[in-house]
Parts: sequence; C-alpha cells; structure tokens
Amino acid sequence: MILRSKDVLGLEDLTAEEILGVIDIASRFRAVFDRPVRSVPIMRGRTVVNFFHEPSTRTRISFELAEKRLSADIVNFSTATSSLSKGETLRDTAENLAAMKIDMLVIRHSSSGAARYLAKVLACSVINAGDGAHEHPTQGLLDIMTMRQRLGDLRGRKVTIIGDITHSRVARSNIWGLTKLGAEVTVCGPPTMVPSGLDRMGVRVEYDLMRAVRDADVLNVLRIQLERHSSRSFPSNREYHRMYGISAEVVQKLKPETFVMHPGPMNRDVEIASEVADGPRQVILDQVANGVAVRMALIYLLSGGDPGALAPAAA
Amino acid sequence: MEWSWERIPAEFLVTNVRLCREGTLGRRRGFLHVKKGRIETLGVGTPAHEGLPALDGGGLVCAPGLVDLAVHFREPGFEEQETIATGSRAAAAGGFTAVVTMPDTDPAIDNSGMVRYLIDRGRETGLCRLYPTGAVSPGRKGEAMTEFGDMVAAGAVGFTDGSRPVANGNLMGNALKYATMLGVPIITHPEDLTISGKGVMHGGYWATRLGLPGMARAAEDAALFRDIELARAAKGQLHVAHVSTKGAVEIIRRAKGEGVRVTAAATPHHFSLDHARCRDYSPLFKTNPPLREADDLNAIAEGLADGTIDAIATDHEPHTGTEKEYQFDQAPFGVIGLETALAAGITWLVKTGLLDLGQLIACLSERPARALNLPVGRLEEGAEADFVLIDPEREWTVQGPSFQSRSANSPYLGETLTGMVAATFLRGRLTWRGAAAPGGR
Ligand SMILES: [Zn+2]
Repeated sequence: MILRSKDVLGLEDLTAEEILGVIDIASRFRAVFDRPVRSVPIMRGRTVVNFFHEPSTRTRISFELAEKRLSADIVNFSTATSSLSKGETLRDTAENLAAMKIDMLVIRHSSSGAARYLAKVLACSVINAGDGAHEHPTQGLLDIMTMRQRLGDLRGRKVTIIGDITHSRVARSNIWGLTKLGAEVTVCGPPTMVPSGLDRMGVRVEYDLMRAVRDADVLNVLRIQLERHSSRSFPSNREYHRMYGISAEVVQKLKPETFVMHPGPMNRDVEIASEVADGPRQVILDQVANGVAVRMALIYLLSGGDPGALAPAAA
Repeated sequence: MEWSWERIPAEFLVTNVRLCREGTLGRRRGFLHVKKGRIETLGVGTPAHEGLPALDGGGLVCAPGLVDLAVHFREPGFEEQETIATGSRAAAAGGFTAVVTMPDTDPAIDNSGMVRYLIDRGRETGLCRLYPTGAVSPGRKGEAMTEFGDMVAAGAVGFTDGSRPVANGNLMGNALKYATMLGVPIITHPEDLTISGKGVMHGGYWATRLGLPGMARAAEDAALFRDIELARAAKGQLHVAHVSTKGAVEIIRRAKGEGVRVTAAATPHHFSLDHARCRDYSPLFKTNPPLREADDLNAIAEGLADGTIDAIATDHEPHTGTEKEYQFDQAPFGVIGLETALAAGITWLVKTGLLDLGQLIACLSERPARALNLPVGRLEEGAEADFVLIDPEREWTVQGPSFQSRSANSPYLGETLTGMVAATFLRGRLTWRGAAAPGGR
C-alpha cells in the first residue's frame, strides 16, 4: 500500500514516502516504454473519465496515453465553459459523474478546490489534473522525478522556481513536494507575481534573478500565462525577458551541472530563450516522458495495482 | 389574571430579571412594567403592582430590543433568498426589534415609492421595525444622485449603494453634502474595486496557499480614507457599514479624534472568524469584505471596546443553498447573521473577556440606534416596549433547519455558541419565543 487516500489531489496531502513510492513505480513503468509492446492489462474493463473543464492538450494526451498503456476504457469529456459563466453547480457535475458509474476521474478545472470537492462527494478515485491556481500534483511529481534522476536524493539540493508564482499551480505542487523531500526552494519573480505569505510555505523569496540562480542545482522555469496578464503584472514581454528570462547569459553564470526545466508549453524568448530551450542544459523532453510514467503509476496504485508485481527499475 | 404566553395582555410585568441599560448589566434582579405597548416603569427589586399578570423571568437578562444597521432583505427581486416576512422572522428570532435594510433589491430602492413599499410591507409583517435606506444612485449604477429629499420624506434613514461602493469620488462627495442638508448619513461599503479586483477572499497566506485570488486590505483602507476625507470636507455624516481591517479601525479612530462625523459597525463574522476558515473551499465563508487575519480580529474587538466602532451589525446576506454550491471562486459573497449575532458576540467577545455583557448589548442596541439617529434601542420609562430576554449562559449548536431565515448560509453551522434569545417583544407584543424562554417553547 503506497497511497493512503483513494484520491490524489495535491502534493500538500502526500507524505514524502508516498511521493517517493509513486516515483519508484513510475520508474518501473518507464522501463516498459522501451519494450516493443508498451501496454499492461491492469485496467482492462475499467473506465476512466477525463473531465477537462479547461483546455489542456498536453496534460490530456499524457493522461490518455497513460490510461491506454494500462488498457483502461477511456471517456473524454470536455466543457469549454469560461470560468466566469456560471453553469451547473459542482454538485450537479458530481451527481452526473456518479450516475455514470466510473472507476476513476481525472479532472482539470479552472476553479481552485474543484477536485477536492468532487473527491469528497464521489466514491471513485479522483486525480487532480490541475485546479485553478491551486495544485497540479502530477506535474509536481514528474518534475521531482526528473530532478531525482539527475540529482538522486534531494535533501539539501537547491531548486529555484522562476516566474508567475501567483497564478501557478505547478509552483504550489513543486513547493509542497520539494520541501517535503528536504530540498531548499527559492522562488523568484517580480513582486507583482509573488503572492504574500509565501515564506510561510517554507521557501525563500528572492526578487533578484542572479541572486536566485547563482547556487541553484535546478532552475524550474514557469510558463508566463500571457493571457492572464493583460492587467499590469509586468510592463512588457521584452522587459520580462530582460529581468527574469533565462537567457544564454544567465545560463553562463550557473554551475556547470545545473539544469533547466520547463512545464511547457514555452513562450520562447519570454521566460526562456530559444537557445536555452534547445540547448544542452534543458531536460524538457525527459519531463514529458516522465509525465506519462507518473500518471501510469498513480492510476495503477489507485486502482489497487500491486507494486511488487512490477519489475524493479534498472538502476 | 395569570401570565400566559398564548394571550399576552396589554398590561403586564416581567419580574425577576437583570435589567441591562446603557452598557451596564444590573447586579440586582429587577422588573419591567409594560402598559399598552410602552414601558410604564422599571426598576430593581419587586414591583408594587398587585394583581397584574407577571412573567417570572427566572434571572434572565432583560435588554433593549436589538438594532441591526445592515440587513439585506431580498424583496423585491430575490424572494427565493429572503422576503421581508422571513427576514423579519429571522430578526425576531435573533432578538432584533429594528433593522436597517440595504437597497440592493431588484429594482433597487431608489425612489420614494419603493421606500414606502418597504415600510408598508414591514408594518404588515409586524415582527420588527424596518428602517429602509435608499440607493445613492438610480439603479445603484453610481452615475447620478437619487431624490434624497423625497426619500427622506418617505422614511429613508440614510443612503448607500449597498454592497457596491460608490466608485466615483465626485458623486460620493456630493452625496455627503446633500445628505448633510437632510440630516441623514451616507453609508459606505469601502472597497476600491480597482484594488480588490477579482479577489474572492482575503489576500494573505491562505489565498496564496489555496490558489485563490486575494483582496488586499488596502482596497478597504484606501477607499475608507477617501470617504473620510470627503466627509470631513462636506461636514457630513459617514457611516461605515462593516469594518474588517486593522487599518480601517485606525483610520476611523484618528478621524473621530479629529472631529470628523464618522460612525462604524463591524459584523460578528469579522471579529470571530479568520481567513483560515476558507481552507476547505466552503463558500459559506465567502463574504465581502472577506474574513481576515488574527490582527484584524483583535483590532475590531478593541475598536468595539473603546467605542471607535460604534455598533455590531450583521450584514445579513441570504443566499439559497444552490448558489452556495458553486465552487468558491464562483459562489456569491455573503453570509446570514441575524440569528447568531448575539451568541457570536457572547462567545467571542464576552467569554473571552474582551467586552462585558453590558457593553456587548450596548453594541447591539443603544449604540447602533444612536449612530443612525433611530428613536429606538433604549430601555427606559416612556419608551416603546421593544425588549428581549436573554439567557447568556445557554449553549446551543447552530443547525441549518432551525433558521427562520429562508436561507441557511451561515458561517457558524455546526458551531456550538453560548447565549440564546429566550423571547423578543415589539411594542409589548411577543414576536419570538425560543427554547430558553421560561416554561420552554
Ligand atoms: Zn457591504
């Protein structure tokens, strides 16, 4: 038994042991990727609903692939409701989903807390695929998995998260997960994008990019959500890039082994310069591959899969 | 003639009660003599009136009927949330005998006909005195001024755009000047909307952690500061509907010291509950202004104790269950408060030693009445017999089905509170009798 709860709603709720347990299973699944037949029959006859209340091609495809490789039946169901128009209540949504007798629900929702609400009222397992600006636990897990592949134990390791912390669910999941594993987390961005009270989540806040990255082992560069910033959080893309963008000059000042992560999709030459995004320091495609493995691991564990039944990952 | 709850006579005594007047709770037991809807006499000891029917108060506290300076009764327009009848019933159950209604109905209370309509509906219902406020601007659009003079003549006691601030400073300044001529206050909901933006809860640690957009304290403080300066210039009276920040308490304290005519109220939820209550994303804790931090709660309690904040008002804002079933960011702002205000005050201000019971009751009766110049809230000879009997020790658990309000969006659901309204009298007539009344319900 690796996970205590029937749901995965955020890294805030998981213990360090659970996080490491999931990553261990995910590593074993990654080994399966290199086989000619990439699927296992664990979820045969079970139904997973991917409920995407907010568009996200990448996360949805990653979940779908994970589900298919576990041989699950999949229903995709998306609503393109804007976050401002009120439609059905969450309770209506929950009742509809419950009536369909599904085994697992993957939910992406524009409202923080939506996944938690559905998990409370539904009997099936719920995986949070991103709720508002709250958490994106599978992204957090795949980020941590990628870091561990390079760094091993994260205790004492320095991780710097750069960008729009206020609107980032990726940042929150990373902060919870990394601090639980003993990493030293620094967040960096303009003060308009760093919300108050963040220090109480156990991180160091730094507004000067060079000071924030100097000793870092990892830079986790967040996507600037340009669509949310019509309103004055930063003056221009050009100035953002000059002040907080990860450019070749910034990279030159890093320790030689420091690597750069990005959850994608990238705004090239805004938060990250193209030459860095395509350069030797980035691990972005590892992140993508690990994303499928992490999602397979969660689905496997939540549906009662036996960790012992999987071959150990090659060291 | 015997006392009977079922047929309360035109003249009767309430004996064996502790009278609470002008902020002081009497040490010795006393009595109240009610005759034809007025208080004939009152005093300590036993009255010398033989033969009158007498209600033995059994040591309960007898206080002036409570006065609420801010309720949102939703009639006309949103009767599924509350009507004047259900709202008045909630008021009576909470010990209130007078309420000041906010004008944010649909249509808004923005002309004398609407003011008269509310007063008439309140009279028909007959459970509490209803004092309407009128909208500052037609349709609460914030563009022009309504006919203040005509509405005052019809019975309006002040002007406000309700839960929407008057964003235009010129209009606010003119409203203050014009209202001063008529001797009534402008009631402000201080919020700079360009600062609070899309915020749905207090901007602080919990908003950050929960990933919800926050409303900074500065949105309230900056708007309040503007309104106070406008009131100073107009020599007008400004009433602050609900103070929620430590900064606002300080701004009001300083302005009062400088002679600005400003009065203020704070709600029970703003002195009892902090922003951590939002941790489970329950919209029952979504209000505007939002629940804030421990510092703010303490500042409000201090403000009530030293008189910087004149009154406790509920800002009773009913919403149906369905509306509060949306996710936190999309659910409407507002909580109900009429039936829990007194108990919340006893639980969080009196039991904690911040106020004594006499002071708390003054914050809910004499002080609000004085702030808005209402001829109520006093327990004295010759006054109308609006009074309430209170059991300050009795504990009870707040449960949805027991609300008289049509809505049950209370932030105290499931909470055990101390202090219960035993009975409420308006003009000597019973409007509420609760489980704590002598002889039960
Ligand atoms: Zn208001």
